[in-house]
Amino acid sequence: MKISFMMAAAAGLVSSGAFAQEIAPTAVSFNEGAIEHSLSGVPGDPVNGRIIVGDKRQGNCVACHEVTDLVDIPFHGEIGPMLDGAGDRWSEAELRGIVANAKIMFEDSMMPSFYKTEGFIRPGNAYTGEAADDTFGPILSAQQIEDVVAYLSTLTE
Amino acid sequence: MRYFTGAVLAALLSTTLASAEPAEDTLVLNEETQMVTRTAAPAHISHAVDEIMSGWLFRGIETRAMQMDDFDNPGMIFVEQAQDMWDTVEGSEGKSCASCHESMDSMAGVKATYPKWNEAAGEMRTLQMQMNDCRSNRMGAEAWKYDKGPAINMEAALASVSRGMPVNVAIDGPAQSTWELGKELYYTRTGQLELSCANCHEENYGNMIRADHLSQGQINGFPVYRLKNTKLNGSHSRFKGCIRDTRAQTYSPGSAEFVALELYVASRGNGLSVEGPSIRN
Ligand code: HEC
Ligand code: HEC
Ligand code: HEC
Repeated sequence: MKISFMMAAAAGLVSSGAFAQEIAPTAVSFNEGAIEHSLSGVPGDPVNGRIIVGDKRQGNCVACHEVTDLVDIPFHGEIGPMLDGAGDRWSEAELRGIVANAKIMFEDSMMPSFYKTEGFIRPGNAYTGEAADDTFGPILSAQQIEDVVAYLSTLTE
Repeated sequence: MRYFTGAVLAALLSTTLASAEPAEDTLVLNEETQMVTRTAAPAHISHAVDEIMSGWLFRGIETRAMQMDDFDNPGMIFVEQAQDMWDTVEGSEGKSCASCHESMDSMAGVKATYPKWNEAAGEMRTLQMQMNDCRSNRMGAEAWKYDKGPAINMEAALASVSRGMPVNVAIDGPAQSTWELGKELYYTRTGQLELSCANCHEENYGNMIRADHLSQGQINGFPVYRLKNTKLNGSHSRFKGCIRDTRAQTYSPGSAEFVALELYVASRGNGLSVEGPSIRN
């Protein structure tokens, strides 16, 4: 009990530390679909980004995209383009913009906006089918976006 | 290491195989009834799709085979239960469905036209709403819960006697405003993922979304027996599941929204054969 309390307190400290430089989903500024500055103020971790891209409970990007580097994960979708070479095609700022809100780069894109909290029709509480409550936040956190962007940047040909 | 590569290759292969086009296959029921599983799209959606296709074409070969013969179709067990129900007297009036409608076969063709406008009541009715109207107002029996046991079983029984007949729901006249609402719901991008029915079932049928082979989301095969939950599932429950998967607040089975969506989605399948109860994974 005591331990978990202390861990929670420590986690709180860490996240509020990061919060100092974090850009809130509602305060992001796009420049032709790209986001120049890191959303978390902390460099992204490509190793964690790789996990997020493949994990059903996190980015689940492979639901729609095939990625050769993630061949250890079964079942890649074919809704969006293959992500091999994305690091050559796009700058870091562009990748950040695409992952945060692809609809600015690609009008009406089917790709979900991973760092957005407003403007939804009937937003739900994750996959429960219930209405969103006050725990509602972006699908990925600022740091998770940075991690994904760092990983995408490694996808060069 | 060798083994590992093999496993990876197998995973890749199965993805590639599963992502093939809808099956080139024909559905003949019980070796006698030829089903229409693909045909020209009805005029009202011909701007978006040329051809409409039954969900049957998007399932694997074993699943397709199970639906070809009633002895292999687990959904038919529930149809038999509904047949017993049909003959069971219930409620204050001492009547069964058979008291007024005689044999189940008298219902041949009915399923193909629902949801349908009821002039006397001035409302759009799904088959389940109509059954409940008979139960509450003519039998003095309790209404069945939407998409649940007896209701979905009876819907499947009524579908089974219409199999092979073309879906033919009316969308004009008094049905039009409901149909328009259904259409609006179909194209609305809901939830945190901002996805509409059309994103998946109109723009991407034939494509894989993770492990799922996307069909056109037709409901000519409903109710469907799912191998996943080993029971019959109604179209409203399927709509609910799909909307939930967009990280949205869903509507409830039987709600006005889902009645409208059922009419609209059914109309996109006008011309396909009624197939229920069909088999899905
Ligand atoms: C529901 C489908 C879907 C999901 C989930 C999805 N995307 Fe996309 N993505 C698309 C589509 C469709 C496009 C093509 C852009 C357009 O709409 O024209 C795209 C485009 C992209 C592009 C630019 C394409 C290129 O390589 O040139 C990148 C990069 C990308 N997505 C990354 C991601 C990442 C990372 C995630 C997860 C965090 C993700 N996507 C999740 C559908 C999706
Ligand atoms: C006391 C008589 C009576 C009983 C009992 C009865 N019904 Fe009906 N049913 C009717 C009448 C009359 C209609 C026509 C209603 C209308 O058009 O408003 C009807 C219509 C229907 C229809 C629509 C037919 C069509 O062509 O659109 C269905 C389906 C139906 N009943 C199913 C059932 C089921 C299932 C049961 C038992 C659970 C049942 N009925 C019990 C009298 C009855
Ligand atoms: C994110 C993608 C997605 C969205 C959005 C979506 N669905 Fe689905 N739907 C699926 C998948 C995956 C399946 C299972 C495979 C299949 O049959 O297409 C499915 C299955 C269905 C089926 C069963 C088809 C059959 O033959 O068994 C129906 C009906 C359906 N969807 C209707 C809808 C409707 C109506 C909407 C909008 C309210 C909707 N779907 C939104 C992904 C989606």
